[in-house]
Amino acid sequence: MIRESERTLSQARERQVVDAGDYYIGILRAGETLRITDLEGNQAADTLFYNAADPAERYSATDTICQQGNVYLGAGSVLISSRGNPMLDVVADTCGRHDTVGGACASESNTVRYDLARRCMHSCRDSWMLAIAEHEEYGLDKRDITHNINFFMNVPITADGGLQFADGISAPGKYVELTARMDVIVLMSNCPQLNNPCNGYNPTPVELAVWDH
Amino acid sequence: MNALLYEYTMPGGHHWSLRMRRGNLLRLTDVAGGANVGMLCYNPENLLERYNAPDTLKAQHTFRLGLGNCLYSDMGRSMASIIEDSHGWHDTVCGNLSKRQCREQYGHHSYQTHRNGWTLSGEESFLVELGKYGLGERDMAANVNFFSKVISDDNGKLHYDDSACQAGAQVTLRFDMDALVLLHSCPHPLNRASEYPRRRVQVQLLTGDPISDGDVCLNHRPENRRALENNRLYYQDARPSFLVDGGQHDSGK
Repeated sequence: MIRESERTLSQARERQVVDAGDYYIGILRAGETLRITDLEGNQAADTLFYNAADPAERYSATDTICQQGNVYLGAGSVLISSRGNPMLDVVADTCGRHDTVGGACASESNTVRYDLARRCMHSCRDSWMLAIAEHEEYGLDKRDITHNINFFMNVPITADGGLQFADGISAPGKYVELTARMDVIVLMSNCPQLNNPCNGYNPTPVELAVWDH
Repeated sequence: MNALLYEYTMPGGHHWSLRMRRGNLLRLTDVAGGANVGMLCYNPENLLERYNAPDTLKAQHTFRLGLGNCLYSDMGRSMASIIEDSHGWHDTVCGNLSKRQCREQYGHHSYQTHRNGWTLSGEESFLVELGKYGLGERDMAANVNFFSKVISDDNGKLHYDDSACQAGAQVTLRFDMDALVLLHSCPHPLNRASEYPRRRVQVQLLTGDPISDGDVCLNHRPENRRALENNRLYYQDARPSFLVDGGQHDSGK
Protein backbone atom coordinates (compact mmCIF):
# COMPACT_ATOMS: atom_id res chain seq x y z
CA MET A 1 0.00 0.00 0.00
CA ILE A 2 1.38 3.38 -1.01
CA ARG A 3 0.92 6.16 1.52
CA GLU A 4 2.56 9.51 0.84
CA SER A 5 3.82 11.82 3.54
CA GLU A 6 2.68 15.37 4.20
CA ARG A 7 6.04 16.32 5.65
CA THR A 8 8.37 18.58 3.70
CA LEU A 9 12.11 18.23 3.73
CA SER A 10 12.58 21.93 4.34
CA GLN A 11 11.04 21.47 7.79
CA ALA A 12 13.26 18.52 8.78
CA ARG A 13 15.53 19.30 11.70
CA GLU A 14 18.30 17.12 10.34
CA ARG A 15 19.27 15.64 6.98
CA GLN A 16 22.16 13.32 6.30
CA VAL A 17 23.33 11.25 3.35
CA VAL A 18 24.67 7.78 4.16
CA ASP A 19 26.86 6.39 1.41
CA ALA A 20 26.71 2.74 0.40
CA GLY A 21 29.00 0.74 2.66
CA ASP A 22 28.70 3.26 5.51
CA TYR A 23 26.69 2.99 8.68
CA TYR A 24 24.49 5.32 10.70
CA ILE A 25 23.93 5.10 14.42
CA GLY A 26 21.87 7.64 16.34
CA ILE A 27 18.90 8.26 18.60
CA LEU A 28 15.36 8.91 17.44
CA ARG A 29 13.21 10.32 20.27
CA ALA A 30 9.63 9.26 20.96
CA GLY A 31 7.35 11.26 18.66
CA GLU A 32 10.07 12.03 16.13
CA THR A 33 9.82 10.81 12.57
CA LEU A 34 12.61 9.36 10.45
CA ARG A 35 12.41 9.27 6.66
CA ILE A 36 14.77 7.01 4.72
CA THR A 37 14.96 7.94 1.05
CA ASP A 38 16.33 5.62 -1.60
CA LEU A 39 18.09 8.36 -3.58
CA GLU A 40 19.04 6.42 -6.70
CA GLY A 41 16.78 3.36 -6.39
CA ASN A 42 17.31 -0.37 -5.84
CA GLN A 43 19.19 0.18 -2.59
CA ALA A 44 18.72 -1.84 0.60
CA ALA A 45 18.98 -0.15 4.00
CA ASP A 46 19.61 -2.85 6.64
CA THR A 47 18.26 -1.46 9.89
CA LEU A 48 18.04 -2.45 13.56
CA PHE A 49 16.24 -0.59 16.36
CA TYR A 50 16.84 -0.74 20.13
CA ASN A 51 15.10 0.81 23.12
CA ALA A 52 17.54 3.63 23.92
CA ALA A 53 16.84 3.29 27.65
CA ASP A 54 17.52 -0.46 27.65
CA PRO A 55 18.97 -1.92 24.43
CA ALA A 56 18.19 -5.46 25.62
CA GLU A 57 14.75 -4.61 24.24
CA ARG A 58 15.05 -4.44 20.47
CA TYR A 59 13.20 -4.75 17.20
CA SER A 60 11.96 -8.30 16.82
CA ALA A 61 11.29 -9.54 13.32
CA THR A 62 9.51 -12.64 14.64
CA ASP A 63 7.19 -10.73 17.01
CA THR A 64 6.43 -8.16 14.31
CA ILE A 65 5.65 -10.85 11.73
CA CYS A 66 3.46 -12.81 14.17
CA GLN A 67 1.59 -9.83 15.54
CA GLN A 68 0.62 -8.50 12.11
CA GLY A 69 0.22 -12.01 10.63
CA ASN A 70 2.22 -10.94 7.60
CA VAL A 71 5.85 -11.27 6.53
CA TYR A 72 6.13 -7.94 4.71
CA LEU A 73 6.39 -4.46 6.18
CA GLY A 74 4.67 -1.39 4.77
CA ALA A 75 2.52 1.61 5.67
CA GLY A 76 0.49 0.71 8.74
CA SER A 77 2.99 -1.82 10.06
CA VAL A 78 3.87 -1.49 13.72
CA LEU A 79 7.42 -2.56 14.56
CA ILE A 80 7.23 -4.72 17.67
CA SER A 81 9.99 -5.20 20.22
CA SER A 82 11.34 -8.40 21.69
CA ARG A 83 9.20 -7.63 24.76
CA GLY A 84 6.06 -7.25 22.68
CA ASN A 85 5.91 -3.45 22.82
CA PRO A 86 5.30 -1.16 19.83
CA MET A 87 8.55 0.64 18.94
CA LEU A 88 7.83 2.52 15.72
CA ASP A 89 4.96 2.99 13.27
CA VAL A 90 5.48 2.95 9.53
CA VAL A 91 3.51 6.14 8.79
CA ALA A 92 4.33 6.66 5.13
CA ASP A 93 5.76 4.50 2.36
CA THR A 94 6.06 5.09 -1.36
CA CYS A 95 7.85 1.80 -2.03
CA GLY A 96 5.07 -0.62 -1.03
CA ARG A 97 6.92 -3.50 0.58
CA HIS A 98 9.95 -4.06 2.79
CA ASP A 99 11.62 -7.29 3.89
CA THR A 100 12.37 -8.52 7.39
CA VAL A 101 13.04 -12.20 6.70
CA GLY A 102 16.22 -12.11 4.62
CA GLY A 103 18.60 -10.65 7.19
CA ALA A 104 21.84 -8.85 6.44
CA CYS A 105 24.81 -9.82 4.33
CA ALA A 106 28.00 -10.88 6.10
CA SER A 107 31.44 -11.76 4.79
CA GLU A 108 30.93 -15.25 6.27
CA SER A 109 27.57 -15.82 4.63
CA ASN A 110 28.94 -14.40 1.36
CA THR A 111 31.42 -17.30 1.30
CA VAL A 112 28.45 -19.67 1.49
CA ARG A 113 26.06 -17.88 -0.82
CA TYR A 114 28.48 -16.93 -3.59
CA ASP A 115 31.99 -18.29 -3.31
CA LEU A 116 34.64 -18.90 -0.68
CA ALA A 117 36.71 -16.19 -2.39
CA ARG A 118 34.06 -13.53 -1.57
CA ARG A 119 35.09 -13.39 2.09
CA CYS A 120 36.99 -10.16 1.47
CA MET A 121 33.94 -8.28 0.20
CA HIS A 122 32.38 -5.59 2.39
CA SER A 123 29.14 -6.50 4.11
CA CYS A 124 26.39 -5.10 6.33
CA ARG A 125 27.36 -7.06 9.40
CA ASP A 126 30.93 -5.80 9.06
CA SER A 127 29.52 -2.24 8.97
CA TRP A 128 27.54 -2.95 12.15
CA MET A 129 30.63 -4.40 13.86
CA LEU A 130 32.50 -1.17 13.13
CA ALA A 131 29.54 0.94 14.24
CA ILE A 132 29.26 -0.73 17.65
CA ALA A 133 33.04 -0.68 18.13
CA GLU A 134 33.29 3.02 17.29
CA HIS A 135 30.25 3.92 19.40
CA GLU A 136 30.64 2.08 22.68
CA GLU A 137 28.41 4.73 24.29
CA TYR A 138 25.35 2.82 23.04
CA GLY A 139 26.37 -0.32 24.93
CA LEU A 140 25.85 -2.68 22.00
CA ASP A 141 27.92 -5.76 21.22
CA LYS A 142 27.72 -8.67 18.82
CA ARG A 143 24.95 -10.43 20.77
CA ASP A 144 22.75 -7.43 19.99
CA ILE A 145 23.19 -7.84 16.25
CA THR A 146 19.93 -9.55 15.46
CA HIS A 147 17.42 -9.99 12.66
CA ASN A 148 16.92 -6.73 10.86
CA ILE A 149 14.65 -4.91 8.45
CA ASN A 150 15.76 -4.51 4.85
CA PHE A 151 14.08 -1.31 3.78
CA PHE A 152 13.41 -1.17 0.01
CA MET A 153 14.23 -4.85 -0.45
CA ASN A 154 11.77 -7.21 -2.11
CA VAL A 155 11.95 -10.85 -1.05
CA PRO A 156 8.81 -12.55 -2.38
CA ILE A 157 7.67 -15.73 -0.62
CA THR A 158 5.74 -18.29 -2.59
CA ALA A 159 2.79 -20.39 -1.38
CA ASP A 160 4.89 -23.54 -1.69
CA GLY A 161 7.49 -22.12 0.66
CA GLY A 162 10.06 -20.73 -1.77
CA LEU A 163 11.92 -17.47 -1.24
CA GLN A 164 13.20 -15.29 -4.05
CA PHE A 165 15.54 -12.35 -4.19
CA ALA A 166 13.77 -10.27 -6.75
CA ASP A 167 14.90 -7.13 -8.45
CA GLY A 168 14.01 -4.18 -6.24
CA ILE A 169 10.60 -2.60 -6.45
CA SER A 170 12.11 0.62 -5.23
CA ALA A 171 13.09 3.51 -7.50
CA PRO A 172 14.92 6.84 -7.19
CA GLY A 173 13.28 9.06 -4.57
CA LYS A 174 11.09 6.40 -2.95
CA TYR A 175 10.95 6.66 0.80
CA VAL A 176 9.67 5.13 4.00
CA GLU A 177 8.79 7.09 7.15
CA LEU A 178 8.72 5.85 10.71
CA THR A 179 7.49 7.57 13.85
CA ALA A 180 9.04 6.39 17.10
CA ARG A 181 6.81 5.36 20.01
CA MET A 182 9.78 5.18 22.39
CA ASP A 183 13.30 6.60 22.33
CA VAL A 184 15.17 4.28 19.98
CA ILE A 185 18.72 3.73 18.80
CA VAL A 186 18.76 3.46 15.01
CA LEU A 187 21.57 1.28 13.64
CA MET A 188 21.69 1.18 9.88
CA SER A 189 24.05 -0.31 7.35
CA ASN A 190 23.61 1.10 3.89
CA CYS A 191 24.18 -2.16 2.11
CA PRO A 192 27.38 -2.62 0.07
CA GLN A 193 26.18 -5.93 -1.42
CA LEU A 194 27.61 -6.43 -4.92
CA ASN A 195 26.65 -10.05 -5.41
CA ASN A 196 22.89 -10.03 -5.94
CA PRO A 197 20.19 -7.87 -7.49
CA CYS A 198 18.99 -6.34 -4.22
CA ASN A 199 21.14 -3.31 -5.07
CA GLY A 200 21.09 -3.79 -8.81
CA TYR A 201 24.82 -4.68 -8.38
CA ASN A 202 25.37 -0.96 -7.79
CA PRO A 203 25.16 0.18 -4.14
CA THR A 204 24.05 3.81 -3.86
CA PRO A 205 23.48 6.42 -1.12
CA VAL A 206 20.37 6.84 1.02
CA GLU A 207 19.25 10.01 2.77
CA LEU A 208 17.97 10.22 6.32
CA ALA A 209 15.75 13.08 7.43
CA VAL A 210 14.32 13.63 10.93
CA TRP A 211 11.32 15.72 11.96
CA ASP A 212 10.67 16.71 15.56
CA HIS A 213 7.04 15.64 15.25
CA MET B 1 24.34 -48.35 11.65
CA ASN B 2 23.02 -45.68 14.00
CA ALA B 3 23.26 -46.69 17.65
CA LEU B 4 20.75 -45.24 20.09
CA LEU B 5 22.65 -43.32 22.76
CA TYR B 6 19.77 -41.87 24.75
CA GLU B 7 16.03 -41.47 24.61
CA TYR B 8 13.71 -39.07 26.42
CA THR B 9 10.10 -38.04 25.96
CA MET B 10 9.49 -34.36 26.61
CA PRO B 11 5.96 -33.77 27.88
CA GLY B 12 4.09 -30.96 26.11
CA GLY B 13 4.82 -27.47 27.43
CA HIS B 14 8.27 -28.28 28.84
CA HIS B 15 11.87 -27.48 28.04
CA TRP B 16 15.32 -29.04 27.97
CA SER B 17 18.82 -28.27 26.82
CA LEU B 18 21.71 -30.52 25.95
CA ARG B 19 25.13 -30.58 24.40
CA MET B 20 25.16 -32.27 21.01
CA ARG B 21 28.43 -33.69 19.79
CA ARG B 22 29.50 -33.16 16.23
CA GLY B 23 28.52 -36.10 14.04
CA ASN B 24 25.74 -37.36 16.27
CA LEU B 25 22.05 -37.30 15.39
CA LEU B 26 19.05 -35.75 17.13
CA ARG B 27 15.77 -37.36 16.13
CA LEU B 28 12.48 -35.71 17.12
CA THR B 29 9.16 -37.54 16.89
CA ASP B 30 5.73 -35.93 17.17
CA VAL B 31 4.27 -38.79 19.19
CA ALA B 32 0.55 -38.01 19.05
CA GLY B 33 0.37 -35.31 16.35
CA GLY B 34 0.00 -31.55 16.71
CA ALA B 35 3.38 -30.95 18.37
CA ASN B 36 5.64 -27.93 18.08
CA VAL B 37 9.31 -28.09 19.02
CA GLY B 38 11.13 -24.80 19.46
CA MET B 39 14.90 -25.09 19.00
CA LEU B 40 17.87 -22.74 19.33
CA CYS B 41 21.55 -23.67 18.84
CA TYR B 42 24.78 -22.06 20.05
CA ASN B 43 28.44 -22.91 19.52
CA PRO B 44 29.67 -23.91 22.99
CA GLU B 45 33.19 -22.73 22.12
CA ASN B 46 31.90 -19.27 21.19
CA LEU B 47 28.41 -18.52 22.46
CA LEU B 48 28.20 -15.51 20.14
CA GLU B 49 27.96 -17.90 17.22
CA ARG B 50 24.40 -19.15 16.94
CA TYR B 51 21.70 -20.44 14.66
CA ASN B 52 20.76 -17.73 12.21
CA ALA B 53 17.35 -18.10 10.61
CA PRO B 54 17.72 -15.35 7.96
CA ASP B 55 21.04 -16.74 6.73
CA THR B 56 19.56 -20.23 6.68
CA LEU B 57 16.57 -19.19 4.60
CA LYS B 58 18.26 -16.88 2.15
CA ALA B 59 21.24 -19.13 1.46
CA GLN B 60 18.90 -21.96 0.54
CA HIS B 61 16.23 -19.79 -1.12
CA THR B 62 13.51 -21.18 1.08
CA PHE B 63 10.86 -19.97 3.50
CA ARG B 64 10.50 -23.38 5.18
CA LEU B 65 12.88 -26.05 6.43
CA GLY B 66 12.80 -29.69 5.39
CA LEU B 67 14.85 -32.58 4.12
CA GLY B 68 18.17 -31.43 2.64
CA ASN B 69 18.32 -28.10 4.45
CA CYS B 70 21.26 -27.13 6.63
CA LEU B 71 20.80 -24.90 9.68
CA TYR B 72 23.39 -22.13 9.31
CA SER B 73 25.16 -20.22 12.01
CA ASP B 74 25.82 -16.51 11.58
CA MET B 75 29.45 -17.42 10.83
CA GLY B 76 28.76 -19.20 7.55
CA ARG B 77 28.83 -22.73 8.91
CA SER B 78 26.32 -25.55 9.05
CA MET B 79 25.37 -26.21 12.66
CA ALA B 80 23.10 -29.11 11.73
CA SER B 81 21.64 -30.80 8.66
CA ILE B 82 18.13 -32.21 8.20
CA ILE B 83 18.98 -35.69 6.91
CA GLU B 84 15.54 -37.28 7.41
CA ASP B 85 12.13 -35.63 7.49
CA SER B 86 8.68 -37.14 7.17
CA HIS B 87 6.88 -33.87 7.95
CA GLY B 88 8.25 -31.67 5.19
CA TRP B 89 7.62 -28.15 6.47
CA HIS B 90 9.13 -26.57 9.55
CA ASP B 91 8.82 -22.87 10.41
CA THR B 92 11.65 -20.58 11.45
CA VAL B 93 10.20 -17.09 11.02
CA CYS B 94 7.44 -16.91 13.63
CA GLY B 95 9.52 -17.15 16.82
CA ASN B 96 8.02 -17.94 20.19
CA LEU B 97 4.79 -17.79 22.06
CA SER B 98 5.38 -14.88 24.46
CA LYS B 99 4.50 -14.95 28.12
CA ARG B 100 1.92 -12.23 27.49
CA GLN B 101 0.23 -14.03 24.57
CA CYS B 102 0.28 -17.33 26.45
CA ARG B 103 -1.67 -15.84 29.37
CA GLU B 104 -4.09 -13.98 27.10
CA GLN B 105 -4.81 -16.98 24.89
CA TYR B 106 -4.73 -19.90 27.30
CA GLY B 107 -5.34 -18.26 30.68
CA HIS B 108 -2.99 -18.21 33.62
CA HIS B 109 -2.34 -21.69 34.96
CA SER B 110 0.42 -21.19 37.49
CA TYR B 111 2.75 -23.75 38.94
CA GLN B 112 1.09 -23.15 42.35
CA THR B 113 -2.30 -24.21 41.05
CA HIS B 114 -1.46 -26.68 38.29
CA ARG B 115 2.02 -28.05 39.11
CA ASN B 116 3.48 -29.63 35.98
CA GLY B 117 0.26 -28.84 34.16
CA TRP B 118 1.02 -25.10 34.19
CA THR B 119 0.90 -23.22 30.90
CA LEU B 120 4.42 -22.13 30.10
CA SER B 121 5.37 -20.04 27.07
CA GLY B 122 8.23 -20.80 24.70
CA GLU B 123 9.72 -17.43 25.62
CA GLU B 124 9.93 -18.31 29.33
CA SER B 125 11.20 -21.80 28.49
CA PHE B 126 14.09 -20.46 26.43
CA LEU B 127 14.94 -17.82 29.06
CA VAL B 128 15.27 -20.60 31.65
CA GLU B 129 17.55 -22.69 29.45
CA LEU B 130 19.58 -19.69 28.19
CA GLY B 131 20.34 -18.72 31.77
CA LYS B 132 22.09 -22.03 32.38
CA TYR B 133 24.84 -21.03 29.95
CA GLY B 134 25.22 -17.40 30.97
CA LEU B 135 22.97 -16.26 28.15
CA GLY B 136 19.85 -14.11 28.29
CA GLU B 137 17.17 -12.30 26.36
CA ARG B 138 19.75 -10.51 24.20
CA ASP B 139 20.82 -13.92 22.91
CA MET B 140 17.34 -15.13 21.98
CA ALA B 141 17.34 -15.24 18.19
CA ALA B 142 14.64 -16.54 15.85
CA ASN B 143 14.18 -20.24 16.58
CA VAL B 144 13.11 -23.22 14.53
CA ASN B 145 9.56 -24.47 15.11
CA PHE B 146 9.66 -28.12 14.11
CA PHE B 147 6.37 -29.71 12.96
CA SER B 148 4.74 -26.29 12.42
CA LYS B 149 3.66 -25.43 8.89
CA VAL B 150 3.14 -21.73 8.19
CA ILE B 151 2.18 -20.71 4.66
CA SER B 152 2.43 -17.24 3.12
CA ASP B 153 0.08 -16.08 0.38
CA ASP B 154 1.13 -13.69 -2.40
CA ASN B 155 0.47 -10.71 -0.14
CA GLY B 156 2.54 -12.12 2.69
CA LYS B 157 -0.45 -13.04 4.85
CA LEU B 158 0.41 -16.01 7.06
CA HIS B 159 -1.66 -19.12 7.65
CA TYR B 160 -0.86 -21.74 10.31
CA ASP B 161 -1.87 -25.13 8.93
CA ASP B 162 -2.99 -27.15 11.94
CA SER B 163 -3.95 -30.11 9.76
CA ALA B 164 -0.31 -30.74 8.88
CA CYS B 165 0.76 -32.26 12.20
CA GLN B 166 0.38 -36.03 11.95
CA ALA B 167 1.15 -38.51 14.73
CA GLY B 168 4.51 -40.18 14.18
CA ALA B 169 6.02 -37.35 12.13
CA GLN B 170 9.77 -37.42 12.49
CA VAL B 171 12.75 -35.21 11.72
CA THR B 172 16.42 -36.13 12.14
CA LEU B 173 19.25 -33.63 12.46
CA ARG B 174 22.89 -34.47 12.00
CA PHE B 175 25.00 -32.04 14.00
CA ASP B 176 27.83 -30.67 11.86
CA MET B 177 29.23 -28.72 14.83
CA ASP B 178 29.28 -29.28 18.56
CA ALA B 179 26.26 -27.35 19.78
CA LEU B 180 24.32 -26.26 22.81
CA VAL B 181 20.78 -27.14 21.87
CA LEU B 182 17.77 -25.57 23.59
CA LEU B 183 14.42 -27.27 23.11
CA HIS B 184 10.88 -26.58 24.21
CA SER B 185 7.59 -28.30 23.45
CA CYS B 186 5.39 -25.21 23.88
CA PRO B 187 2.72 -24.18 21.35
CA HIS B 188 3.50 -22.29 18.14
CA PRO B 189 2.64 -18.57 18.40
CA LEU B 190 0.19 -18.76 15.48
CA ASN B 191 -1.67 -21.78 16.87
CA ARG B 192 -5.17 -20.42 17.53
CA ALA B 193 -6.31 -23.27 19.82
CA SER B 194 -8.22 -21.96 22.81
CA GLU B 195 -6.95 -24.74 25.06
CA TYR B 196 -3.20 -25.04 25.56
CA PRO B 197 -2.05 -27.82 23.20
CA ARG B 198 0.07 -30.17 25.27
CA ARG B 199 1.84 -32.51 22.83
CA ARG B 200 4.69 -34.77 23.85
CA VAL B 201 7.81 -35.19 21.78
CA GLN B 202 10.22 -38.09 21.74
CA VAL B 203 13.86 -37.02 21.60
CA GLN B 204 16.46 -39.60 20.56
CA LEU B 205 20.23 -39.20 20.37
CA LEU B 206 22.01 -41.52 17.96
CA THR B 207 25.44 -41.97 16.52
CA GLY B 208 25.74 -40.72 12.94
CA ASP B 209 27.59 -41.69 9.83
CA PRO B 210 30.31 -39.56 8.21
CA ILE B 211 29.15 -37.27 5.41
CA SER B 212 29.28 -39.22 2.19
CA ASP B 213 29.48 -38.04 -1.42
CA GLY B 214 25.79 -38.80 -1.77
CA ASP B 215 24.69 -36.89 1.34
CA VAL B 216 21.27 -35.33 0.85
CA CYS B 217 22.23 -32.05 2.54
CA LEU B 218 25.64 -31.75 0.91
CA ASN B 219 24.01 -32.09 -2.50
CA HIS B 220 20.84 -30.12 -1.80
CA ARG B 221 22.45 -26.81 -2.77
CA PRO B 222 25.98 -25.71 -3.66
CA GLU B 223 25.76 -23.31 -0.70
CA ASN B 224 25.60 -26.28 1.69
CA ARG B 225 28.81 -27.69 0.23
CA ARG B 226 30.56 -24.38 0.87
CA ALA B 227 29.12 -24.12 4.39
CA LEU B 228 30.46 -27.60 5.18
CA GLU B 229 33.82 -26.52 3.76
CA ASN B 230 33.70 -23.63 6.26
CA ASN B 231 33.09 -26.24 8.99
CA ARG B 232 36.18 -28.09 7.77
CA LEU B 233 38.20 -24.88 8.11
CA TYR B 234 36.81 -24.28 11.61
CA TYR B 235 37.74 -27.76 12.84
CA GLN B 236 40.76 -27.92 10.52
CA ASP B 237 39.90 -31.41 9.42
CA ALA B 238 41.89 -33.19 6.78
CA ARG B 239 40.14 -32.83 3.46
CA PRO B 240 37.09 -35.13 3.44
CA SER B 241 36.31 -37.26 0.41
CA PHE B 242 33.30 -35.18 -0.62
CA LEU B 243 35.50 -32.17 -1.32
CA VAL B 244 38.23 -33.83 -3.40
CA ASP B 245 36.45 -32.80 -6.58
CA GLY B 246 34.50 -29.59 -6.63
CA GLY B 247 35.47 -28.26 -3.23
CA GLN B 248 35.64 -24.77 -4.70
CA HIS B 249 32.33 -25.34 -6.40
CA ASP B 250 30.85 -22.13 -7.76
CA SER B 251 27.13 -21.48 -7.76
CA GLY B 252 27.24 -20.09 -11.29
CA LYS B 253 25.62 -16.84 -10.26
